[in-house]
Amino acid sequence: MGKKMQIALTVNGEAHDLLAEPRELLIYVLRERLNLTGPHAGCETSHCGACTIEMNGKSVKSCTVFAAQANGATITTIEGLGSPDSLSVLQQSFREHHGLQCGYCTPGMITRAHRLLQENPDPTEEEVRFGISGNLCRCTGYQNIVKAILAAAATINGAKEAAE
Amino acid sequence: MNDLTPTPQERTAKLKGLGTSRKRVEDARFTQGKGNYVDDIKMPGMLHGDFVRSPYAHARVKSINADAARALPGVIAVLTAADLAPLNLHWMPTLAGDRQMVLADGKVLFQGQEVAFVVATDRYVCADAIELVEVDYEELPVVTDPFKALEPGAPVLREDLAGQTSGAHGARRHHNHIFLWETGDESATNQAIEAAEVVAEEMIYYHRVHPCPLETCGCVASMDKVNGKLTVFGTFQAPHVVRTVASLLSGIEEHNIRVVSPDIGGGFGNKVGVYPGYVCSIVASIVTGKPVKWIEDRMDNLMATAFARDYWMKGRISATKDGRITGLHCHVTADHGAFDACADPTKFPAGFFHICTGSYDIPVAYVGVDGVYTNKAPGGVAYRCSFRVTEAAYFIERMIEVLAMELGMDAAELRAKNFIRKDQFPYNSALGWEYDSGDYHTAWDKALAAVDYAGLRREQAERVAAFKRGETRKLLGIGLTHFTEIVGAGPVKNCDILGMGMFDSCEIRIHPTGSAIARLGTISQGQGHATTFAQILATEIGLPADSITIEEGDTDTAPYGLGTYGSRSTPVAGAATAMAGRKIRAKAQMIAAWLLEVHDGDLEWDIDRFVVKGAPERFKTMKDIAYAAYHNAIPGIEPGLEAVSYYDPPNMTYPFGAYVCVMEIDVDTGTHEVRQFYALDDCGTRINPMIIEGQVHGGLTEALAIAMGQEIAYDAIGNCKNSTLMDFFLPTAVETPHYTTDHTETPSPHHPIGAKGVGESPNVGGVPAFSNAVHDAFRAFGLRQAHMPHDHWRIWKIANQLGLHG
Repeated sequence: MGKKMQIALTVNGEAHDLLAEPRELLIYVLRERLNLTGPHAGCETSHCGACTIEMNGKSVKSCTVFAAQANGATITTIEGLGSPDSLSVLQQSFREHHGLQCGYCTPGMITRAHRLLQENPDPTEEEVRFGISGNLCRCTGYQNIVKAILAAAATINGAKEAAE
Repeated sequence: MNDLTPTPQERTAKLKGLGTSRKRVEDARFTQGKGNYVDDIKMPGMLHGDFVRSPYAHARVKSINADAARALPGVIAVLTAADLAPLNLHWMPTLAGDRQMVLADGKVLFQGQEVAFVVATDRYVCADAIELVEVDYEELPVVTDPFKALEPGAPVLREDLAGQTSGAHGARRHHNHIFLWETGDESATNQAIEAAEVVAEEMIYYHRVHPCPLETCGCVASMDKVNGKLTVFGTFQAPHVVRTVASLLSGIEEHNIRVVSPDIGGGFGNKVGVYPGYVCSIVASIVTGKPVKWIEDRMDNLMATAFARDYWMKGRISATKDGRITGLHCHVTADHGAFDACADPTKFPAGFFHICTGSYDIPVAYVGVDGVYTNKAPGGVAYRCSFRVTEAAYFIERMIEVLAMELGMDAAELRAKNFIRKDQFPYNSALGWEYDSGDYHTAWDKALAAVDYAGLRREQAERVAAFKRGETRKLLGIGLTHFTEIVGAGPVKNCDILGMGMFDSCEIRIHPTGSAIARLGTISQGQGHATTFAQILATEIGLPADSITIEEGDTDTAPYGLGTYGSRSTPVAGAATAMAGRKIRAKAQMIAAWLLEVHDGDLEWDIDRFVVKGAPERFKTMKDIAYAAYHNAIPGIEPGLEAVSYYDPPNMTYPFGAYVCVMEIDVDTGTHEVRQFYALDDCGTRINPMIIEGQVHGGLTEALAIAMGQEIAYDAIGNCKNSTLMDFFLPTAVETPHYTTDHTETPSPHHPIGAKGVGESPNVGGVPAFSNAVHDAFRAFGLRQAHMPHDHWRIWKIANQLGLHG
């Protein structure tokens, strides 16, 4: 056990100061200390992507980042992407297109898709497939996930055009 | 009051009942990260448990020294077999009639086996303490090959069975032999094959794989010593059975045990069994008086809990010269690992493998299965299939291809020639099953037309010619499959698990304002039960699916059921739901008759209401009736509106399908590309087409994984070579192709709504479709059989061995 460190995080717009051992993983801190259980642990080796969050504007697998490395970071988890009263377009689109089954990969998948559409607002199917290839799903075969993401992109772009 | 305005179509649409692609009610919480999986559960004072595991596949445990671990701050206890022995919990019964060590009792028999259980205040302390436990091992000779395990001088694996010449399934002929299970007529089969004009013989290996749901197994056990109640939350596909087993093992009366399956992050058969982690967590909670959580990591999961398949299937199939099949003989060497922990109904140690005559009218057949112990992990679960059905489907669909080669016949034509005809149903197979219904020729013709089969064969012939001329290095494979499953276990007369008949159940309460709750003995792991079971009920009782809550998985509230696996939820619990709904409707009819002042025989059911025959303006809706059931004093009728049904199915259901996979294979790199995949499924009555399609996409992707790369392999000294997701293939969105789904609809004649189950069909049919495509690509060059998985290296090797690299 190492000496605990002071770590400051901004998660879903809320500032947190906490003490954590240097070896504590970010997923552990999010789930166990901040009670954000949306991100899941599926492999602990950064292969499955169930733990995907957004950190300083990038998709990050929180199972292979030390909380200490996240000191000072701005983090968004699935809990920060929408609320029961105003679901994000992606959240609605996943439901509309049956892009989830057991739901275990879903928070990571949607969080990744959110960043993907920031990086590439009008992706092709191939770009979506490549863009989510760090996130594994055992239930859906991805076909409806891809459909949901493409539909969400179209909705967001349509709304933007309408606003312009 | 009586509103005639909505048309029958509008009233039906409002119900969102059978046949509707209703959006899932589960999705709101999952898309917002508000699922409640077992690792999300926190209880005050909760401790964490984790295992010291064996690095060796076979070794004597000479001593365990946990002093340093116990001295570490935060460590509460370290349990070994010696601690569990006084409670007689150092071994536990398996579902297959064998027993399994909970913690290593004198020796270890597979790499990753549980040796000691460390309990500490948090996971990090647990991990530190595991490193401090010193185990002194003496290595023993290792056997990972089931054929070598049966040699006379093979090492004795199960010393606890010394001298036992019979087990739960009959005679044992060798110290590493578990059982020989046989069915069919062997001598008649041999006679048919010996007399046949054409015989094809082949060894088909279905390799060891793992269900690998994205969420691993785990539990939280909490013994409340104040009120004497034990609560266990866990990843259980069969929570009621877990409660019964926990009661039998612990001696705690069953009413004092509450088992809860919260949201489950995929099961696929991995979460059917009872694992040492559950037992140790319960013991640790009883000992410490605190809740104890155990969550596997991915390595634990892949190394220790529930492999699938590992069947060596030696087949002989005979036919007339013009392709009429006359007999089928199959002998399986089944590698069960260190303990026989297969999850099969008690009387079926090889599951329903004897569905292996498939979709074909084969007059005589025989199956013999030898179960064998090796130094590999126990399991033998039905990975997205009904008890060994996928092994059976793979076997027959490969044998058909091999026979087609032997006959020099087109494999599609050979299939069509031998299909059980529509007029033969119900059909009694040579191995003892009664197929309830089917229309194989219609499905097959539809599939071949959809892909332009003749055109594909022409293209393939042109491709082979071009390859031979040196104009291309890519071959084209056309993978065909027509599979028949047997699901929905099952009739209590011959299907039980640990003595519990495999019925299932549904209990319905209608609320006064016309909404309802229904509880079932099953548990969803992503199948969308909360959505689909409400649809069955909506059609049966005429209340909107949106007004019906479906609840499963809490043994304190749900009626007893055998759980969700083997595609049994819809065939069994779905039937119970319909039957319970009909009981509600029968009482509702009496109430309506009283309200309308007519004889109940003068009423007829119409979508959501009872109507007086010949007077459509006089009716009572189910909503009206629900209110009356709680409001009116009706002579001779009890207040309230509730029903429960325990459904014992008269037969299994037999879903089927026709799949075609078109695959491009690069001869020089061994890479493949699925150019087209067409999947036609017939699951009888379709409850929610959207969910069916999703199930098919997912099952096909698991089939792709199995056929094209996934395996649990061991080296000669029993090291598991695929224990992380680096080494164990799960396809990403990039490797996964686009699928085209289609259907025919042949309702089950014995199921109340005609539904058959679909969740496992795509895995059962998908594996042979992908594998046959690989084989078919090389058929022109003489390839008869190449074992899965067909990863790039193995495909390259096929090409190399056929001399295609020049």
